[in-house]
Amino acid sequence: MTTTALKEPSVRGSSSRAAAREPRRRRPGRIRRVGLPYLLLLPALLLELLVHLVPMVIGIVMSFKELTQFYIRDWGTAPWSGLGNYKVSVDFDAPVGEALLHSFFVTVGFTLLSVGLCWLIGTAAAIYMQDTFAGRGLLRALFLVPYALPVYAAVITWVFMFQHDNGLVNHVLHDQLHLTDKPSFWLIGDNSFYALLVVSVWKGWPFAFLIVMAGLQNIPRELYEAAALDGAGMWQQIRRITLPSLRPVNQVLVLVLFLWTFNDFNTPYVLFGKAAPEAADLISVHIYQASFVTWNFGTGSAMSVLLLLFLLVVTGVYLVLTSRGSRGRRAADA
Amino acid sequence: MPKSPMAPPSSFLWSRRVFLTLLTGFVLVPVYVMVSSSLKPLADVTGEFRWLPSGLTIRPYIDIWSTVPLARYFVNSLIVAGAATICSVVIAVFAAYAVSRYSFRGKRVFTVTVLSTQMFPGILFLLPLFLIYVNIGNATGIALFGSRGGLILTYLTFSLPFSIWMLIGYFDSVPRDLDEAALVDGCGPLGALFRVVVPAAIPGIVAVAVYAFMTAWGEVLFASVMTNDTTRTLAVGLQGYSTLNDVYWNQIMAASLVVSVPVVAGFLLLQRYLVAGLTAGAVK
Amino acid sequence: MRSIRAAAVGAVTVSLALAASACGGGSSSGGGSNDSPKTLTYWASNQGASIAVDKKVLQPELDKFEKQTGIKVKLEVVPWSDLLNRILTATTSGQGPDVLNIGNTWSASLQATGALLPWDAKNFGKIGGKDRFVDSALGSTGAEGKDPAAVPLYSMAYALYYNKEIFADAGISKPPATWDELIADGKKIKAKGKSPLGAEGANVSENIHHVFVFAKQHGGDFFTADGKPDFTNPKVVDAVKQYVDLMAKDKVIPTGDAEYAQNQSVSDFAKGKQAMLLWQSASANLKSQGMSESSYGIAPVPVQSGTPGTGTQINSMVAGINLAVFKNTDNLDGATKFVKFMTSDAEQNILNTAYSSIPPVKAAQGEAAFNSPSNSVLKDTLAKSAAALPQVADESQFETAVGTAVKDLFADAAAGRAVTTESVKAKLEKAQQQMPAK
Repeated sequence: MTTTALKEPSVRGSSSRAAAREPRRRRPGRIRRVGLPYLLLLPALLLELLVHLVPMVIGIVMSFKELTQFYIRDWGTAPWSGLGNYKVSVDFDAPVGEALLHSFFVTVGFTLLSVGLCWLIGTAAAIYMQDTFAGRGLLRALFLVPYALPVYAAVITWVFMFQHDNGLVNHVLHDQLHLTDKPSFWLIGDNSFYALLVVSVWKGWPFAFLIVMAGLQNIPRELYEAAALDGAGMWQQIRRITLPSLRPVNQVLVLVLFLWTFNDFNTPYVLFGKAAPEAADLISVHIYQASFVTWNFGTGSAMSVLLLLFLLVVTGVYLVLTSRGSRGRRAADA
Repeated sequence: MPKSPMAPPSSFLWSRRVFLTLLTGFVLVPVYVMVSSSLKPLADVTGEFRWLPSGLTIRPYIDIWSTVPLARYFVNSLIVAGAATICSVVIAVFAAYAVSRYSFRGKRVFTVTVLSTQMFPGILFLLPLFLIYVNIGNATGIALFGSRGGLILTYLTFSLPFSIWMLIGYFDSVPRDLDEAALVDGCGPLGALFRVVVPAAIPGIVAVAVYAFMTAWGEVLFASVMTNDTTRTLAVGLQGYSTLNDVYWNQIMAASLVVSVPVVAGFLLLQRYLVAGLTAGAVK
Repeated sequence: MRSIRAAAVGAVTVSLALAASACGGGSSSGGGSNDSPKTLTYWASNQGASIAVDKKVLQPELDKFEKQTGIKVKLEVVPWSDLLNRILTATTSGQGPDVLNIGNTWSASLQATGALLPWDAKNFGKIGGKDRFVDSALGSTGAEGKDPAAVPLYSMAYALYYNKEIFADAGISKPPATWDELIADGKKIKAKGKSPLGAEGANVSENIHHVFVFAKQHGGDFFTADGKPDFTNPKVVDAVKQYVDLMAKDKVIPTGDAEYAQNQSVSDFAKGKQAMLLWQSASANLKSQGMSESSYGIAPVPVQSGTPGTGTQINSMVAGINLAVFKNTDNLDGATKFVKFMTSDAEQNILNTAYSSIPPVKAAQGEAAFNSPSNSVLKDTLAKSAAALPQVADESQFETAVGTAVKDLFADAAAGRAVTTESVKAKLEKAQQQMPAK
């Protein structure tokens, strides 16, 4: 009777959620225990407050001010501009708003393509590498290299390869394979979108590969065996067993990839520098351009807040849609 | 790994070969470019591209240490990333344990808040964060800006949300019976954590540690404003090879390889933990 | 009850935010002090071939200064990719160096922040007086009518570098003095298989430097007298079009240059692939790439017609680096002494020789080193035919907006799309609308 059980002993192997619904017991002399979760959370909470939340709140406050180089020394005294910065950002007829909207669409298109390709390649690689064959370990190790390289190194190599005159890409496409009649530009102009996509997928797919590969380990062999006995071929097994079993993994993976790719600053910045070509004007660099480079922090903050709101909406919708059909409690606590 | 009862059809094997070959090429080509360019003299690198270098020289590998204080940047990165990783993992373990094992008010707020931080564009809070660090520095004398400490603090917080998220899932899959057993044996909850949960969750913890390390290792934006010459990290320092006048491509490649080799090696050693770890963490 | 917890978190956050906001930025009050008279922090920009080279050049001078005054100078050489960010955060937070290098085109923008010490007559008196400095260099130290926000340190100008061998081979006896001559020479050079001229088409600042000069040569200006942007006036449009036409119509700049942003055109010149280069003080750079001084010549940048001079005969912007002092430094006297030291005749001689730039200090200009054939062209340009970029607070927005417009126009030219007066005007119109409202 005096066991300090966290949960009732009768709860075995069920999820934490069911156990959580049980009423907490208060006992004299157990105040320490009652406060323990808060204590455990405290460092994380404090750090999040300090580094993420408070700066974010300040950033939001800045978005309501006219914060340009004139006021940057003491931003508290910058004049309030109410929703002025927001109005400028969403006024799609004016160049600032128009550019932002264009950048937004480019980013959405880019992110969807990049995440889609990363996921496809990663999943295909994981499925193909499921069974042992000679050299599998080595190949698996090799495939992780793009993820392990520092961002600057990886992207600068691609800059080098995409150069118009001396780059490998044009050398192969034009000089050796004669696929194009003159060397193309990859770092400026319309092709820059595809250059960015290639670099992003090259760097990103190993992460998808890892996660899916890990997820595949959890699928019981018996399912495959049973299906095989029933006469299902390899491709059918993949469709009927592998992919559905991967659903929970994929739900997390795709969301995380989407958020990270959408907000990615380093890749486009190293690839194109401060002035990105229109075709590849990702929103993170665009906001950087609109704030740091032009000393207009109020507008930059406003744009960031809009970006944040958009991502909140997307995440919310995504979680609701993907949790429907799977256990409802996931949606509650995700 | 046991073979499936029915051997895969030849269409599968054939498509596998094609796919994996293409993929290997795609992955390897830039790596080859890095290696071959790092062995060329500067004139060759700025000239027309050649598959095979006309002359090999290891000069770039020598020059990289003097053009830019690479060794110092490397050490800085190791210190910052290492410390950030250790702290982040410890804090995440505590927080995930609390969420996984307890029910308490505000749990949902906490998890939602943690998730929402993944959506913040870094730009939004760069300047405010810097301001906060400066104010803390002014008020308490603890210099956070320009110091490795400030960067460590920043990076460890950056990797916390995903780490906590993954660890919660992973801890959830460690059966509560094990906790019970430990408690019956007389450990407190923290004892249960360290004796039972953590050992069972080592792969997940390693996975999270690798993620935290990679996040800190490669971050550029905050490092560029929060470091000075002595504390600069690699991610930013590598840009020093592209100076006012020249871009020393061959040295950039050489330096990139040199700093990547230990990371890739470490990564590959831990790879098997990572695989096992990400499984259960993702399946919440 | 959950809402109470949420409210608590919210309250803590908001209160912390308020506290942080109350602390605000750095001390906006305070005109500097002398609290730590024995040390100075100096942020130098990267002027040499690498950061290591800059340290090698500057450290002995700083040691000299320490011996003279007993003040220890903590040097940090900041790469250009970081410099503006660092200055920004230093300005915002009040935590920064005591003395720093700034690009002279940033002077007006930084002046507007109020973070830099103004150089009024009294301060100038401490370093020997305003008239020690060349007028054109002083013209890029801040907005007109206000005290300069910084003191000129190194000056540079653009010149036309030409490869003597290619010229001889193509039968060109002297470097072109006008743009028409340059285009004609370009044809001869192309017949010999070399590219005539290079450009950094994707480098926003380079673009600005050139179109500014073209605008002056057309008698126009990017800003009106009261500082309002005026990018679409016909003279400016013609000027920008003339520059881009060098690639689009006259084909003297190869299309590959449209993506150059890392000084590839300098490499092309150093390797002998390219006959001409319009660059600021390129000698040190060319030497590091293995091109000997005897293989190239230096001439003034071409004009529309006639010879370089003032007004429409301008052929270069006033390039250079200024030395500024942060207003809230805690070693005001030391900082002023340092500026005096760095702008002294002796130091100007040493430093400008090392960086192959021209001293903005009149007395130092007389030294033999700065009257060599290579430097005399630059010196004369600076003295007679150079103009300062618009010293307006929105200078960086201007650079970004117009520089990007020119980059896009080059991209159009490279892709084979037509570059017409209308298309140029449209791009400049868009750039103008991105400028903050006045």
